[in-house]
Amino acid sequence: MDHHGTHHGGVRMGFTLNGRPVEHQGGVTLLEALRGDFALSGPRFGCGEERCGACHVLLDGESVPSCALPVEAAEGREVVTIEGLTPQRLQEAFEAEQAGQCGFCLSGILVSAAALLRRNPDPDEAAIRAALEPHLCRCGAHNRILRAVRRAAA
Amino acid sequence: MNLAFHGFADDGKARLPGSLHVNRRLSRWLAFHPDGTATIRPGKVELGQGILTTLAQIAAEELGLPLPAIRIAPTVTGESPDEAVTSGSLSVQECGMALRHACADARALFMSVAAQSSGVPHEALRVEGGRFLAPDGAEISSYAALSDRDLLDAEASPDASPIPASARRVAGTSAPRLDLPPKLRGEPRFIHDMRLPGMLHARMIRPPRPDARLVTAPDFALREGDFLAVVAATEAEAARAAERATRLARWEGGTPLPADWTRWLEETPGERSTVAEHGEAKDGTSVLRRVFWRPFLAHGSVGTCCAVALWEAGALRVWSHSQGPYNLRTDLAKALHLPPEAVVVEHREGAGCYGHNGADDVALDAALCARAHPGRPVRALWTRAEELASAPLSPAMRVAVEVHRDDGGRITSWRSEARGNGHSGRPGRAKDPALLSAPLLPRAAPMPVSINPPLAGGGGVQRNLVPIYRVPHMKAEMVRLTEMPIRSSALRGLGALANVWAIESVMDELSEGDPVGFRLRHLDDPRAATVLLEAVDMSGFEERHKLPEGDGMGIALARYKNTGAWCAAVAHIRAEETLRCLSLHLACDMGEVINPDGALNQLEGGAIHGTSIALKEEARFDEERILSTSWDAYPVLRFSEVPRVMVKLITRPEEPPLGAGEPSVAPTIAAIANAVHQALGIRPTRMPFTPENLAKESD
Ligand code: FES
Ligand code: FES
Repeated sequence: MDHHGTHHGGVRMGFTLNGRPVEHQGGVTLLEALRGDFALSGPRFGCGEERCGACHVLLDGESVPSCALPVEAAEGREVVTIEGLTPQRLQEAFEAEQAGQCGFCLSGILVSAAALLRRNPDPDEAAIRAALEPHLCRCGAHNRILRAVRRAAA
Repeated sequence: MNLAFHGFADDGKARLPGSLHVNRRLSRWLAFHPDGTATIRPGKVELGQGILTTLAQIAAEELGLPLPAIRIAPTVTGESPDEAVTSGSLSVQECGMALRHACADARALFMSVAAQSSGVPHEALRVEGGRFLAPDGAEISSYAALSDRDLLDAEASPDASPIPASARRVAGTSAPRLDLPPKLRGEPRFIHDMRLPGMLHARMIRPPRPDARLVTAPDFALREGDFLAVVAATEAEAARAAERATRLARWEGGTPLPADWTRWLEETPGERSTVAEHGEAKDGTSVLRRVFWRPFLAHGSVGTCCAVALWEAGALRVWSHSQGPYNLRTDLAKALHLPPEAVVVEHREGAGCYGHNGADDVALDAALCARAHPGRPVRALWTRAEELASAPLSPAMRVAVEVHRDDGGRITSWRSEARGNGHSGRPGRAKDPALLSAPLLPRAAPMPVSINPPLAGGGGVQRNLVPIYRVPHMKAEMVRLTEMPIRSSALRGLGALANVWAIESVMDELSEGDPVGFRLRHLDDPRAATVLLEAVDMSGFEERHKLPEGDGMGIALARYKNTGAWCAAVAHIRAEETLRCLSLHLACDMGEVINPDGALNQLEGGAIHGTSIALKEEARFDEERILSTSWDAYPVLRFSEVPRVMVKLITRPEEPPLGAGEPSVAPTIAAIANAVHQALGIRPTRMPFTPENLAKESD
C-alpha cells in the first residue's frame, strides 16, 4: 500500500503509518485522514470529542485519541493503528477470553493496552483499569477485557 | 414483541417452531453448496450479542456439519425470512428454533434421497461432516453432491425431528464468537466501514425541538421541508459543512420539552388500563405506599448510527444496522412514497444495540440524501449529539406500589400503577412512518405516539409490573401518556427496569430483615427459588452484617417478562462521595443454553449496563432542547467504576431456550437499590442513585 492523502496540491507533510512512510495534505483530523484518505477501518469514530476512546492510535508509542487531533500533529512521527499492532499477543488474549461483544470499542482498547504493556509489562488490575479509563464499552465486556490484558501480560 | 407481538392467528396450518411457522419454505432458511458448505439465512440480525455464532451452532448440529462449514448470509428483504424485529431476547426462541427444525428437516430430506438412490435404508445411514455414510463407512452421498437438486424448494414438514437434547454435541458448548477475530484486527466489518465507489458523505442538522419549523436554511445545504442535511465528497468536508449549516440555520416553534418531568408525568393525561387483576380487594391493617421515579435514558452506543443508501432508476437500496429490516422497508416505502418492492434493505452490523435506537432513522436520512444524488451511494453518519439526543429515549416512568398486610404481616393486597409514555415506537407497525425525519418532510404526518404492546407480547411500561410473588389480591394498572414531547421507545428491559426495582424494593422493605426467607415464603415457582438461593450462596449474602460501615449488600429477583429467564442478583456497594458498585453475583436460569459463554457475556454486559443506569444515567433537557448531548453531559460507567461480575448459569437442556440479553439488567438495578439501604439506611426512590437524588430521600 502506498498511501497518499488525496488533497489538491500544496505542501505535503509526512509521517509513518503502521511502519510505512506516508504523505498527507493536511487540513483534517488524524482520524479523518486514517479512515478517509488511508482507508483504514480500525480507528473508529465514536464522539469526535476525545471522550470515548474509539479512535485511539499510538503516536510515538503513546495511546492518544485521533478524532480531534490535526493530522499535522503527526508530522515526522510514528502512527500505529490496530491494523499495525504486532505481534498479535493482545488479539490472541482477547480471543481466548472472548473479550468483547459488538467489538466497536476494541480497536481503541487494544491500542491503549499495547501502550500500557510497553511501559509496564506486568500491570495489576488497577493499572489496567487506569489505562483503559478513556475507553467506553457500552456492551459491558469490561471484566473480560481486564482479564484479556492480564493474560496478554502473563 | 416480535412474533408474539403480532400474535399467531390460527391460520389452520400445522404449527411449526418459531418463525418457521410464517416462513415455511426451507429454501428461505438455508442452501447447500458444491464445496461442502451451507449457508443459513436468519431473519434475526447481529446486534453485538453474538446471535450469529449461536445460530451457526444450531445449524451445524442439526446438519452434521463442522461449524466453519456454516456460512451466514446477511438479512436482506425479499430474500431472507421476515422475522420482524431482533429484540426482546427472543432470537433463539424464534429464529434458533426455526433453524433447528428447518435444518433437521433438510437433513432428513437429503438423507432420504441418498437412501433411495443407494438402496441403503434411511435408518441405517448416518451423517458425518456433511457426508452420508453407510454402516460400513462407505460414502453414499453428501449435501454437496445433492446441492444442485431443488430439494429445499419445499415447505418444512411438521414431522422433522431435531437431535434430542441428550445427543447434542455443538449446541450447549461455548463456541468462540465468529465475528471477534476480524473485529480484533480492525478489518472492515461494520456498516461504518463500507466504502463504495463514488460514495458521498452526509450529515444532518437537527431542529432543537423535534417539531420545530425550519425558517432559514443555507443554500449549500439539502432541504426537504424541515429536513436539513449536507452532502459532500469526504467525511471531513461533510463534517465542516454541517458545522457551518448548524450556525446558519434558523428554527422556530415546536412543542416545549417537559423540563419538570416528574410533574409532567403526574399531570399529563393518559389512557388508563388494567394490566392484570386477581382475587378480592381487601384492605389490610397496615399499608405501605411507595412511589418510584425513573428518568429518560439514552441508548448511548459507542458507535453512532450510520446507513448507506443508493437511489437508482426509481429504486432504493439501503444498508442498515436496523433491528428489523422488513419493518424498516415498510416505513421507508411510506415516507418516500415508493412501493415496498422498490426498496431493498440489507443488514450490516453496527455498534452494540440495546433497543430501538436511531439505526432506522439514519436509514431514511441516507435515503433522502441519496434521492438528491441518484446513482451515487450516500453514507449518512450521526454525530455523538444525535446519538444521545435524536434517537428515541427510554421514557421516564413513575411507578406507585401500595401493599396491604394483615396483623400477621402477610400480604393481603398488592396494587400498583406504572405511568409514562409507551415503550414501543418502532417502524413498520403504525399507519404513518415512525422514522425521525419522516414528519419533517412536506405534508407529512406527525410522529406516531408510542404504544405499549400487550403483556402477551412482553408489554411495555407494564413489563414485569405484575409481581411473581403469591398475593391473595393483586391489581396492576398502567397509564400511557397520549402526548409525546420526547420521542420514546424500547430500551433493553423496557418497563422492567423500573417495575422490578419498585417490586423488589417494596419486598425488601416488607421483609423486615429477612429478604431471602420473606421472598421464598411468597414464591410458588421452584426455578425462581433456585436462582435466588444460588445467588445467596455464591455471594456470601448471609454474611452481609459483617461488612464495614458504608458498605451494603442487596438482593433482588425477577423472571424477565414473567415468561422469560429467571435471574437473581446480589450487589455489594460502597458509599463514598458517590456510590460504587464493587461486585455483582448473579444466578440465572435460561433453560437450554446454546452457547454458555455467549450467554454469560450477555448477562455480564446486562449487569454492567444496569449498574450504569442505576448509578449514573439520566437524559437532561430544558424546554428548548435535550442538553445531554455529549459523554460529559450523559456520563456512563467507566473502567474505574465497573464492578466485578460473577454469573452462575443454571442450564436445563431439556427446557426451551430463553434469551440472555435482558434478564440481568433489572435485578441488578434493584439489588443495588437494596444495597443502598444497608449502606445508608435509605431506600432510593429516584433513579439514578446519585448523591443529589439520595439527598432528596427522607426516610
Ligand atoms: S471518537 Fe475520539 S474519543 Fe471518541
Ligand atoms: S464490545 Fe460493544 S462497546 Fe465494547
